[in-house]
Amino acid sequence: MEVSVAAERIFSLFGIPVSNTMLTAWLAVLLLTVSSFFATRHMKNIPSGIQNFFEWIVESLFDLVEGFMGDRKQTLKIFPLAATFFFFILVSNWMGLLPGFGSIGFYEHGKLVPFFRSATADLNTTLAFAMISVIIIQISGVMALGIRRYGKKFINFSSPINFFVGILELISEFAKIISFSFRLFGSVFAGEVLLTVITGLVPYIMPLPFLGLELFFGGIQALVFVLLTVVFIKIATTEMAH
Amino acid sequence: MPELKFIGIGLAIGLAAIGAGVGIGMIVARAIEATGRNPEAHGKIFNMMILGAALTEALAIYALVLSFMMIR
Repeated sequence: MEVSVAAERIFSLFGIPVSNTMLTAWLAVLLLTVSSFFATRHMKNIPSGIQNFFEWIVESLFDLVEGFMGDRKQTLKIFPLAATFFFFILVSNWMGLLPGFGSIGFYEHGKLVPFFRSATADLNTTLAFAMISVIIIQISGVMALGIRRYGKKFINFSSPINFFVGILELISEFAKIISFSFRLFGSVFAGEVLLTVITGLVPYIMPLPFLGLELFFGGIQALVFVLLTVVFIKIATTEMAH
Repeated sequence: MPELKFIGIGLAIGLAAIGAGVGIGMIVARAIEATGRNPEAHGKIFNMMILGAALTEALAIYALVLSFMMIR
């Protein structure tokens, strides 16, 4: 069986190539929009049904983020970003487990090109998320501390040791982009490959524990992405302790 | 010799798995021990354990992605 690390192009729209992961990302956005429409229709003060379900998820996530940030006002500022990342990454990760993803496609040069592929199994998507996260971390640090005090964390001439620590911190900020994107991409992509291999070897009964593992890991990766963003924002907005 | 590439791929992911296995094992062991000493703090300890485990596992995932790219 063939797996390709890069996402494959399935058609072109006005000259721009559209890959199968892009199609899945649009599907995920559609799914989230439709479900949020149904969840917020006829909103009641005492929720029931689908509104209750979504309120449970949002409230648990809010408590978690507040536990890490400590302060309610700051949590309210950062929560829309955290919740959006969580829902989109969770839905993207789990969509790759639906039947038909990765198996239904057309043949091109003798290799199968699937129509659908999990959106986060594409390094472009996860790199975009990582860059958004890291840029927002820098922006919230500058907004909270002002550009002079925030710049002092990186460029600090008070002593030779502090200077090198500052350079290391600067390099570590770039390493965060790589770390965020590869963690999410590697997790989802390796899960896809694992499922493909197992289903190719023993198609009945055997893939069940691996599907369960994929569900679990998809959820954990979404949660970890959000938690790490929140933790780094908290670190960026606190004063450097002397 | 192009066959040596496969030794490289196997070594990459194998050694990374050793490191990640030891690391995550230690994290979870200390988390369980800490919960045993202080069962009330279970929620906070669990959150930090998940965070620590994901950070450690990421290093093994870098090696996994590299080994996939080395297959070509």
